[in-house]
Amino acid sequence: MNTPHDSVVWLGVPAFPEAARSALADTRLRANLRKATGTIREKRLAATGELDDWEELRAAGAAIKRRVLRHLDRYLEQLEESVLRAGGTVHWAADAAEANRIVTGLVTATGEREVVKVKSMATQEIGLNEALAAAGISACETDLAELIVQLAGDRPSHILVPAIHRGRAEIRELFRRRMGDRGRPAPHGLSDDPADLAEAARLHLRDKFLRAKVAVSGANFACADTGTIGVVESEGNGRMCLTLPDTLITVMGIEKVLPSFADLEVFLQLLPRSSTGERMNPYTSMWTGPVAGDGPRSFHLVLLDNGRTATLSDPVGRQALACIRCSACLNVCPVYERTGGHAYGSVYPGPIGAVLTPQLMGVGQASSLPFASTLCGACYDACPVKIDIPEVLVHLRAAEVDAGRGVLPKPEALAMKAAAGLLGSPRRLAAAQRAVAMTGRVLARRGSIGRLPGPLARWSATRDTPAPPPESFRAWWRRTHTGTSAAEADR
Amino acid sequence: MSGGRSAMLRRVRAALADVPADERPDDVPVPRTYRRSHAGEDVVGLFADRLADYGAHVSRTSDPATAIAAAVTRRSVGSLIVPDGLPIGWLRPGPWRVLRDDPPLPVAALDGASGVLSTAVAGIAVTGTLVLDAGPGQGRRALTLLPDYHLCVVPAARIVGDVPEVLARLAPDAPLTFVSGPSATSDIELDRVEGVHGPRVLEVIIVDDGKEPPA
Repeated sequence: MNTPHDSVVWLGVPAFPEAARSALADTRLRANLRKATGTIREKRLAATGELDDWEELRAAGAAIKRRVLRHLDRYLEQLEESVLRAGGTVHWAADAAEANRIVTGLVTATGEREVVKVKSMATQEIGLNEALAAAGISACETDLAELIVQLAGDRPSHILVPAIHRGRAEIRELFRRRMGDRGRPAPHGLSDDPADLAEAARLHLRDKFLRAKVAVSGANFACADTGTIGVVESEGNGRMCLTLPDTLITVMGIEKVLPSFADLEVFLQLLPRSSTGERMNPYTSMWTGPVAGDGPRSFHLVLLDNGRTATLSDPVGRQALACIRCSACLNVCPVYERTGGHAYGSVYPGPIGAVLTPQLMGVGQASSLPFASTLCGACYDACPVKIDIPEVLVHLRAAEVDAGRGVLPKPEALAMKAAAGLLGSPRRLAAAQRAVAMTGRVLARRGSIGRLPGPLARWSATRDTPAPPPESFRAWWRRTHTGTSAAEADR
Repeated sequence: MSGGRSAMLRRVRAALADVPADERPDDVPVPRTYRRSHAGEDVVGLFADRLADYGAHVSRTSDPATAIAAAVTRRSVGSLIVPDGLPIGWLRPGPWRVLRDDPPLPVAALDGASGVLSTAVAGIAVTGTLVLDAGPGQGRRALTLLPDYHLCVVPAARIVGDVPEVLARLAPDAPLTFVSGPSATSDIELDRVEGVHGPRVLEVIIVDDGKEPPA
């Protein structure tokens, strides 16, 4: 099936402000999102609240990631050595095209035409399924939500629950109409009970698991000292893919490396509690190279750059690479909760997407995303590795503004210049306040102004402006404390 | 962009130009002030509670053979996979067919079995987690994955308090599987459904005799 995203950014989708407008009008989507994000938020608070040293764990997680990123070259070399020692093969991919070429080549060499996949952000990012399809290889997503997205020819809208935008009735229809095209059809009389839908997916995928000879996965962690790779999941589809096929290909962003196996003691506490709000996710698989008589006979690790070294080169933006893809920042974000993931137009939505996408792609490719935030800071509080997302957002906004300097000034720059003139003189400010108070009263409805006149309309299209008071504070002060009239006070 | 190992490493080094050349990884401090364990005194009791909390059936016994026979009978298990190295005497003869993985069973046979009986190398109390390392009494990973019923018998002495304690005991060269409750999904409207691809029923018997099992 042809899913229309080419890489990190879905080419051809509207920029955030436009995409958000249509998402906001979708009341069903908003109801789904409110329920989903609210539920996960509560679970997460309960799970993190159980640990009285949660802040210490966050501090350790952040520090370990900082250590890794500042010495990434060393850890990558060590990881490679460890994986080779364990009998695996390591490949280095500079960008999406190279990674896709490597994986396609490895699958082709096995002679197989079908691969099973564990949910993986990295392979979505590089558009691996489309690249495999172009080479005549069909990739089957085995995570339930990813299967739903794949059957619908749709895009994921949440890092953790990619089909958060779909309701049960839609999913039932999708299974009834599309499952048969790709293998075992949905059972007759399928209901829209989630348990029945999960059972249909179990039967559909079981055939594929038992037949599969090649699997592709991502990685949550890779330990440099031992070469151990870890995948966390809930459904058991990961275990199937990591255990049953003969060949396992793991595509991993270079930032996922950890110094040591012992460091998992921090991340195996941070990730499940922050992500699904569980003390531990149902299944965590860890393997160190291929094992005789148990699981795949050959193991390939593809180390992916694809914009990560560019991100690494910015000492402020670098911290975004610490992300462990828990999605806690999505669930606490007031903007995400209202627009959903699609509006971000990227594999990585939400607050972390707003800092990661422009950096991986170059700010020019996703220039509206750093502005898709209220800078409320909830994402920073929720982040298990303490990524200061607001700091990076402001930093990227500055970069975007700086990129516009030198040519024609943007309206924003002109407005700032005008504001500087007004605020620089008490007399000019007072005159402006009087003018605004008068026009404001004409425009306001119930205490706020929906649409400002002239060039300000673009700003007011997405914001309500409080009606200006009839009198400024300074004027009021003079009038009530010095006995002069408002008109005199303003002179 | 030029690919290959050395070009990528070169780009990583160039990106880190702000990091002083003489800085070593250990110079970046990592505060390890978090707890080694969040478990209290009663580690085994906590393990049982947390397992049950995630939908596993849990019981404690000092007589594993009787408890196993009762569990397998209650589930009307027709065929049971039994990995090598499980303590002799744990499984009594009964109306069930025992499947040994020697020579290795084909996947269809694993898929067709009604259950699997295994032990675990460790348990984690705080998270209610079983740790499998493909060692004696556990077998290769597929054995405890494909059957729909997993009966796991854990000696109490193997249960530790928390995640840091268990990782310190494990050898990462073996394939490791952490199991916390039956397989589950919340992918449809965030309703939790237990049982997707892994065993839909997880039953745990804790053997509480204070001893390691006889080999």
